Amino acid sequence: MAKTESTFLNMLVVLTVITLIAGAALGYVYSITKNPIAEAEKKQQIEAIQMVAPEFDNSPIEDKYSLKIGADSLEATIFPAKKAGENVGAAVETITKKGFGGEIKIMVGFNADGSIRNYKVLKHAETPGLGSKMDDWFRTDKNHQSILGKNPATDHLTVSKDGGSVDAITAATISSRAFLDAIQTAYNAYMNRTDAQSGASPKAHTK
Amino acid sequence: MNKMSIILNGLIKENPTFVLLLGMCPTLGTTSSAENGMGMGLATTFVLICSNVVIALIKNFIPDKIRIPAFIVVIAAFVTILEMCMKAYVPALYASLGLFIPLIVVNCIVLGRAESFAAKHNAFDSMLDGIGIGLGFTGALTLLGAIRELLGTGKIFSATIFPEEYGSLIFVLAPGAFIALGYLILIVNKLKTK
Repeated sequence: MAKTESTFLNMLVVLTVITLIAGAALGYVYSITKNPIAEAEKKQQIEAIQMVAPEFDNSPIEDKYSLKIGADSLEATIFPAKKAGENVGAAVETITKKGFGGEIKIMVGFNADGSIRNYKVLKHAETPGLGSKMDDWFRTDKNHQSILGKNPATDHLTVSKDGGSVDAITAATISSRAFLDAIQTAYNAYMNRTDAQSGASPKAHTK
Repeated sequence: MNKMSIILNGLIKENPTFVLLLGMCPTLGTTSSAENGMGMGLATTFVLICSNVVIALIKNFIPDKIRIPAFIVVIAAFVTILEMCMKAYVPALYASLGLFIPLIVVNCIVLGRAESFAAKHNAFDSMLDGIGIGLGFTGALTLLGAIRELLGTGKIFSATIFPEEYGSLIFVLAPGAFIALGYLILIVNKLKTK
């Protein structure tokens, strides 16, 4: 078969037809994958909440609400955990922009008294092998690494270099500060202190 | 051309990573572990096969002057389909490859094969070329990922070979990718010239 000539009309028609077909194909695939994608994302969120929050029997995703925290108005989403109608704690999803590689997104679970139950790092761009250790570092029960069971109101949750009570990740102090800053933001959100300054890392700006 | 030799051509003689040195960005960026390298390789293989076949089928309808934009539209459509499917059915792999999936669109291997092979051969041969080049790319990325994972963390496919403390962090980071790739290219070319 002869090759189509490069006339203006031919080019116009061919490109239009190709983009139309491609567009239709994409629309079709989008319509089939839309629900599985939404479900996969929801499942991930529920798993994260189940991991960090106290045992609950409500649906934290339906009860969630968002707040803006601090001077940077960082968005925090609170998933309240209730058992038999009573508040037993919450999972708080929040971000910090002070990470070594940009934003860090974490989910922190609090007990009713405000102590930290567990946490999960949802997204980060920290250095692999250094800052990325935060996935497990702050729940490892070794020296003063663990933050589990501590209460940001009474325990001084900053790295020991800044006079706090938490051991920073070896060779990743900036990532550690950012992480603790996010914990503080989450705590402020949980306690509904929307105007509170994050006190977690006073020296983070002056590194 | 012999059908088998088309596949072998992509696997060895024109291996996209070790011989043509195409697609260096995903090669260096995604091979921090064997699993990631393999995921990226297979994703690219899928796009290569689909786009090669479609381009070989429609090549006679496309006027020469607009062949590049037409090819890119086809490739981009397949990449987007792949991205949506991965998000829906293998979210964990999608999370670790992340940004590199949409970047397959600008991977010069895919456009390069469309331009240099699919535009001149029939659909079946183009499919074989896609399989050959794709598997060559997958093999190279898996090998590089395995070497970096082993030297960096003492694991291969997350199975521990030696304790992580003895691993050298540099191999997980970008410099290790360059070093490992350099030596791999050296070895492959040494073997090839024999």
